Amino acid sequence: MGGFLVRRFLGAIMLLVITSIVTFAIFFVVPRMAGQTVDQLAAQYVGKDPSPAEIEATKEKLGLDRPLVVQYGQFVKGVVAGREFTFGATREYCPPPCFGYSFKTQRPVWPDLVDRIGVTASLALGASVLWLVAGVAIGVLSALRKGTFFDRAAMFTALAGVSLPIFFTGLLSLALFRPSGVNYVPFTDNPLEWADNLLLPWVTLAFLYAALYARLTRAGMLETMGEDFIRTARAKGLTEPVVVTRHALRATLTPILTVFGLDIGLLLGGAVLTESTYSLPGIGRYAIDAINNNDLPQVLGVTMIAALFIVLANLTVDILYAVADPRVRL
Amino acid sequence: MAFLEVDDLHVTFPTDDGMVRSVGGLTFALERGRTLGIVGESGSGKSVTSMAIMGLLKTGRPVITGAIRLDGLDLVTSTPDRVRRLRGKKMAMIFQDPLSAMHPFYTVGRQIVEAYQVHNDVSRAVARKHAVDMLGRIGIPRPDRRVDDYPHQFSGGMRQRAMIAMALSCDPDLLIADEPTTALDVTVQAQILDLIRDLQRDFDTAVIVITHDLGVVAELADDILVMYAGRAVEHASSEDLFEKAEHPYTWGLLGSVPRLDVEPTARLAQIPGTPPSMINLPTGCAFHPRCRYAVANEGLSETETPELENVGEGHQVACHLPPGVRRGIFADDIRPRLEGR
Repeated sequence: MGGFLVRRFLGAIMLLVITSIVTFAIFFVVPRMAGQTVDQLAAQYVGKDPSPAEIEATKEKLGLDRPLVVQYGQFVKGVVAGREFTFGATREYCPPPCFGYSFKTQRPVWPDLVDRIGVTASLALGASVLWLVAGVAIGVLSALRKGTFFDRAAMFTALAGVSLPIFFTGLLSLALFRPSGVNYVPFTDNPLEWADNLLLPWVTLAFLYAALYARLTRAGMLETMGEDFIRTARAKGLTEPVVVTRHALRATLTPILTVFGLDIGLLLGGAVLTESTYSLPGIGRYAIDAINNNDLPQVLGVTMIAALFIVLANLTVDILYAVADPRVRL
Repeated sequence: MAFLEVDDLHVTFPTDDGMVRSVGGLTFALERGRTLGIVGESGSGKSVTSMAIMGLLKTGRPVITGAIRLDGLDLVTSTPDRVRRLRGKKMAMIFQDPLSAMHPFYTVGRQIVEAYQVHNDVSRAVARKHAVDMLGRIGIPRPDRRVDDYPHQFSGGMRQRAMIAMALSCDPDLLIADEPTTALDVTVQAQILDLIRDLQRDFDTAVIVITHDLGVVAELADDILVMYAGRAVEHASSEDLFEKAEHPYTWGLLGSVPRLDVEPTARLAQIPGTPPSMINLPTGCAFHPRCRYAVANEGLSETETPELENVGEGHQVACHLPPGVRRGIFADDIRPRLEGR
């Protein structure tokens, strides 16, 4: 178990390093390969109508005239240990994890990201509880009543849930239930308002995922209920509810939890559509704004955060899987 | 009244292609301490019969008629919950593939504990001690440690032993073993058969062994019921079946058993053709298309279904061939080939 953990942990770190190299390369190497000069690159960081002196100063300030390896080293050093920037006469220390300063707002990227993680996490975690409980419950009932009206209705609704895009269901829900829109209130400020404002986004997002999970659970349960060990459980004289929950559901749930972990990891990196639809100031909206503004430090920061969540989710899922399924050797 | 009585049992499954008659009029009885072997090819209805006794035929909504009386109680007309309370306690079952028959996520001990606790109101600690006792009793070394192992950590033979421990944990009066050795190594098969026989003696259990392997029933069974296409074609004591078989299908089964103690001079006498489709059963005797003696009956085999008839003490056969002809064929043709092969 210890060896497994260390191995997986090192793998996760490697993955993050590779992500950072690739992301860095996309923004600082690929433009050069496409023929962009260092001067042109630096000009983006200065603003409108930059003077040659300003470009030169920016090049030096951001170290763009240095070799790429050194630049990447600086970037990594900033993330791990913090970094000093010189703005003309002033020097400013950017504490770790430092992703630099936004071109547009001139604010450090990391604190802004941290603010937004709260919003996205509130959205993702709240919705995930809803969809897991609802999806699995509906899936189990559907499987047990295969072919009945309930099953057909549930699976039709699930199909609708999977098919309808969130900007449709989201806008519809707003128009129907909350024309005034939602305003994010931090949990620590007012838990009731936090929940009240997030309820619609939760339900909308959960509808999409619950549909998926209901189908997954139904398929898994149907398969499991035909397994030999279910027959054994019945042959022992266990009551049907015990057979369904302790034996069938227990076996069905393991692969579903895997998907669940990955979905949460993905969402924590930004529920782009949901946040945009409800104007929630989360990571996803931040990413969209960053891309629209061509704000490289912001894009780098948001990419690394999203990658971190996905890697962490994968790691958690792997460990949980080993705990849940004793046949997985560690 | 026998301990277990199956009386004119019919099991029919509705399918998209029509009604499938899996078991069509099966009658037999079994006393405590006795072992009945049910032999037949795939689809002969032997497994369906055992599942019907256990009340485990749920999928496909079968129509079950006739009677299954366990200690006087008719299981066919009892409520599902009544039958459930008997499952595991009064009648238990072990299955073909012990790996897939055990839950992969729970320890062997926990699964035995569960089986014990359903029917016995005891604490987990007591149930666990019982599980360790059972594992030790069926020959698992260091049971106090192995009790916390998962099924995949057991070998195939150990797993089947653990299944048997689970089935016997509530001291059932009837044990049904459905192909108990089919998925096991040959070396382990004999051990498991020995174990079942020893335990039966200790627990005074009635045992039904379902198999396609005459070698298994030769080891275990007091009586043998040969099934073909959902019906019994021959029912005899073990000795009679091997010494005085009267049904052509039984002869085919006997001829298909490889022997190591005689020089292999000829090919195994296989039964030609395949088991019939249960949807489109042949008319008359279901075996007649594969029976090389049916022509002697001048069309009777094609039109009339033969009934089981007594031909000796506890020996019944369902065949249109006149008894004298059957005995003649067995003595002159079948037996020399079985022995001389």
